[in-house]
Formats: sequence, C-alpha cells, structure tokens
Amino acid sequence: MTATPVIQAKHLDLTFQTADGPVHALKDVSLDIPKGAFVSFIGPSGCGKTTFLRCMAALEHPTGGTLTVNGMTPDDARQARAYGYVFQAAGLYPWRTIGRNIALPLEIMGYSKAEQNKRIAKVLDLVELSGFEKKFPWQLSGGMQQRASIARALAFDADLLLMDEPFGALDEIVRDRLNEELLSLWAKTQKTIAFVTHSIPEAVYLSTHIVVMSPRPGRITDVIESPLPHERPLDIRDTPEFIEIAHRVREGLRAGYEDA
Amino acid sequence: MTRFIPPLVGVLLALFALWYIAVVPMNVQDTLTRAERAGVTVTPPSAVERRDTGALALVFGNTHALGESWSLDRPRLPAPHQVVAELYKSTVDEELNGRRGLARSGSLSTRGLLHHALITLNATALGFLIGTGLGILLAVGIVHSRVMEMSVMPWAIVSQTIPIVALAPMIIVVLYSVGVQGLLPKAVISAYLSFFPVVVGMVKGLRSPDSMQMDLMTTYSASTRDRLMKLRLPASTPYLFASLKIAIAASLVGAIVGELPVQKGGLGARMLAGSYYGQTAQIWAALIMAAALAAVLVWAIGAAERATLKRMGMAQ
Repeated sequence: MTATPVIQAKHLDLTFQTADGPVHALKDVSLDIPKGAFVSFIGPSGCGKTTFLRCMAALEHPTGGTLTVNGMTPDDARQARAYGYVFQAAGLYPWRTIGRNIALPLEIMGYSKAEQNKRIAKVLDLVELSGFEKKFPWQLSGGMQQRASIARALAFDADLLLMDEPFGALDEIVRDRLNEELLSLWAKTQKTIAFVTHSIPEAVYLSTHIVVMSPRPGRITDVIESPLPHERPLDIRDTPEFIEIAHRVREGLRAGYEDA
Repeated sequence: MTRFIPPLVGVLLALFALWYIAVVPMNVQDTLTRAERAGVTVTPPSAVERRDTGALALVFGNTHALGESWSLDRPRLPAPHQVVAELYKSTVDEELNGRRGLARSGSLSTRGLLHHALITLNATALGFLIGTGLGILLAVGIVHSRVMEMSVMPWAIVSQTIPIVALAPMIIVVLYSVGVQGLLPKAVISAYLSFFPVVVGMVKGLRSPDSMQMDLMTTYSASTRDRLMKLRLPASTPYLFASLKIAIAASLVGAIVGELPVQKGGLGARMLAGSYYGQTAQIWAALIMAAALAAVLVWAIGAAERATLKRMGMAQ
C-alpha cells in the first residue's frame, strides 16, 4: 500500500455535552485507511460509526486527537472537494430531475454547462441509470434513487467516497444487487470507500477492511483485514472463508457488548 | 365529480331557505306599517307599541299581513332575489342600457358595480404584490439572522393585533400629508394585511429542508446564497402558495377597508354609500361582488400553484 493513508486518525475523541452530562461518542479512536481500500464500519447504534464518518466529512468536529484526510484537516479537505458523501436516504431534490440532481454539486462548484452534461452522462452510465436523466425522483424506485444519489457523489472527482448506511432502508434483494454493483463501481473507479453499515454480511462481502466498533464510549474493538479476493461473486458468501470472517465480526461485536 | 352535486345543491338550498325565512322577522316592522296603510288590521295597532314588541311575536300575531316582507323598497334584510336583481341592475343592465354604461359611453359606468370592483381589484393587486415581496424579504432575513428574527418577528405579530379599521384612516391621513393619495394608500393598507401570512409561511418553508439536506449542502461547501437559491427557496414553494391564498384574500379585505374612509370609489365606498342611504340591497350586492372577486383570486392562485408545482415536478 502507498505511504500516506487517505484517512489518518490518532487518538480521536469526541464528547457531546448534553443535558444528561457528557456523552463520549468517540474515545481514543486511531485508524489508518490506505488509498484504494474499502473500509466498513460496523457496530450497534451509538458506537460512533456514523459520528466518525461525519468527522471525516467535517460535519462534526473532534474534541481531541488528530484527524487528517488526504494529509489535510477535514475542513480543508472538504474545500478541496476531497470526498463525496452518500446519506442514509437518497435525499434527491423532488423539484429536480435525476440529471439536475446530479448537476447540483457541479453547479455549486462552478463547472461549465458542457462539462456538467458530460459528467452527468458518465456517472449515470456508471450506476446504470442511463436514460433516466429526465425523470423526476418520485418516478424511480427506492433502489434507483439511492443509485442516483451515489452518482451525485461521484459526479465531481473526489477520490474518497463516504457512505452512511446507504442501503439501510432497502429490502434485501435490492440491497444484494446494489452491493454487487458497488463492488464493480469500486473496481472501475479505484476510489477509497468508507462505508457504515449495520449488516455483518454486507460488511464482510464488500470490504477489504472491517472496523468493528462498540458503544459507551464509542471505540474500535477490532480491525479485520479481509483475506477474500477482490473479485467477489455473490455466492462467495457461502464459502468457509466468508463464514469465518463473519464469525470473527460477530465475536468482536459480542466482546464489545460484554465490556460495556 | 357529479356525486358532489346533490350535497352542494342541498346546502345552497338550505342557505336560501334560511335567508328567506330570516327576511320575515327582520323586516316585520316595515311590512306591518305598509300593511296598515293599505287598510289591513294589524296587532298591536299602534306603531309605537309595535316598536316595543319582539319581532317574532309580531310575526306570529300578524301572519295574515306579511305579504310584502320580500318586496319592500328599503328592507332591513333584502331577500335573495332582490339582491340578485340589484346585482343585475348595477352590472349588466347598467352597462348595456345606462346613459354612462359600456354600451353607450365605451367605458364602464361609474355608477356600475364593475367599475368599483375594478378599482378595488387594482388596489388589491398592488397591495398583494407589495405585501408578498415584503413578506418574502422579511422571511429570508429572519431565517438568516437571529437578530432579525428577534427584532422583526414580534413587531410583525403585534402589527396584526391592531384592528385594521382603526389603523386605516391614520395610514391614509399620514400618507396624504406627505402628498401620497389615490391607489397607493389603499395598497399600503392591503399590503399591511397580506405580508403577515407570507412571512409566517415562508419562514416555515425556508426552514423546511431537513438536516440531511443541509448537511449535503455543507459537504459541497455551498455558500449561503447557494443554499437559499438551490435548496431553501425551491423547498418553500408549496408553503409560499398556501400563504399566497390567505394573503390575496387579506389583500382584498385591506383594499375594501382602505376605501371606507376615502369614498372615492371601490367596493368599500359602495358598501358605505349603501348604508348611508338605506340601500341594503346595494350593500349586499357589493358584498357578493367582493366575495366573488375573492373566490376568483384564490382560485387563480390555486391554478398558478398547480401549474408551478407540476412544472417543478412536485405534483405527481
């Protein structure tokens, strides 16, 4: 792997002050994410996985420790268009067509009209939504909407994709299909992906690295480097290797509970 | 749609029936006086005594003498057909056959209701534009500035607690003293009533994007301007139209109130003139014209709303 990690967190702390006293959302979190990795964050609610992702996006600010994105502070990295963010819900603007939704970041970032159209066509092709450019979001299924929101995050040239449970609201069949597509997208684009999930099979199937987290205080309990090959058909989930990693993730999650 | 027709007609008929019944006790004094003059015996026979008797008692004591209740010259409460006749006389008849009517003079008769409705409509439209513009500007300011929210919002609320009939003459006098008269003072009163629903609706609308949508804008490092133009304003469109429907009706009320003290035309002036001269049918005709105007205006906003939301892809 290359020398400088895309994400480098050292002894990261984040404490929210609430009416019931301080809540330790993150405590002493250290992690390096190498370039080109697919890292999943898994853990129960309140383990800080989303908070960690939001710190990378500079949507939250750590109260202690250091965090760099591409060697910069998260704020600077955001200014430098370092990442695309995909939320739990597609969050497409209902008054914009799919094409115009994807154009939204491009408009804000000042791309020319011609460049916008070129990029819209390119990312729609990547997420297999070509031909839906002129449709409004309500005319698309939930899975297609989420694909459009991934296209929106890919439209500008960020090398890092931050995804916060993007498939959490979808049914399992659609989710399987999107997982497969996401892997092929990752292979095609060579992006670094940080992916928050609740699902053990999803984490194991997608990731090169699985980060197991536990709550109160939010911390990392295990980092598993997956021995699975890059090329992963869906039936890899029935192999002994896959089941073994899933088992290790489950053990890590259980250990986190027993500590707390 | 057709299944709505029977209940609609039913309600309408019930209202008319109530109206016709109410006409009898409302006009009973006058009716009995005329009956007495025509030689019918009424009880009690003295006009002074009758004045001190309740309307219902008079009605039930003189059921034989109520024939003229619905055809008095100056009824306290005109019957529906009298109002319709007055409406016809002051619109169609006046314009077609009147000396100053459209047919003979080429312009709307100054004695006709249409002329006055148009005057009111002008003031309403201008007041609505001023009120809506002001309302949107204030809402944008309130959403972006905590100071403005705390300093403007209480005054906006207070402004609506003052009865407009008390305030309207003062606005007119003050504006007259600085040389402003005619359409503008009425429009100002109209705007005074219509800006408020726009402020309230737009503040809610501009704040309607959820935190995820705002976060998305943050991840693009979007400027305040981009957030306003690309997220807040489009998201507030349905709220705006809901407010505009209230605002246009309020504008009409404002314009009519603004016409009461000035007496230079308009439906408000017409209503007041009617009450000076005991022409209740004229008041009712003006009222119905105002109601019809309001209905058309609210409908027009609704049509604009449907067209806009359809164009924006927000109506399915």
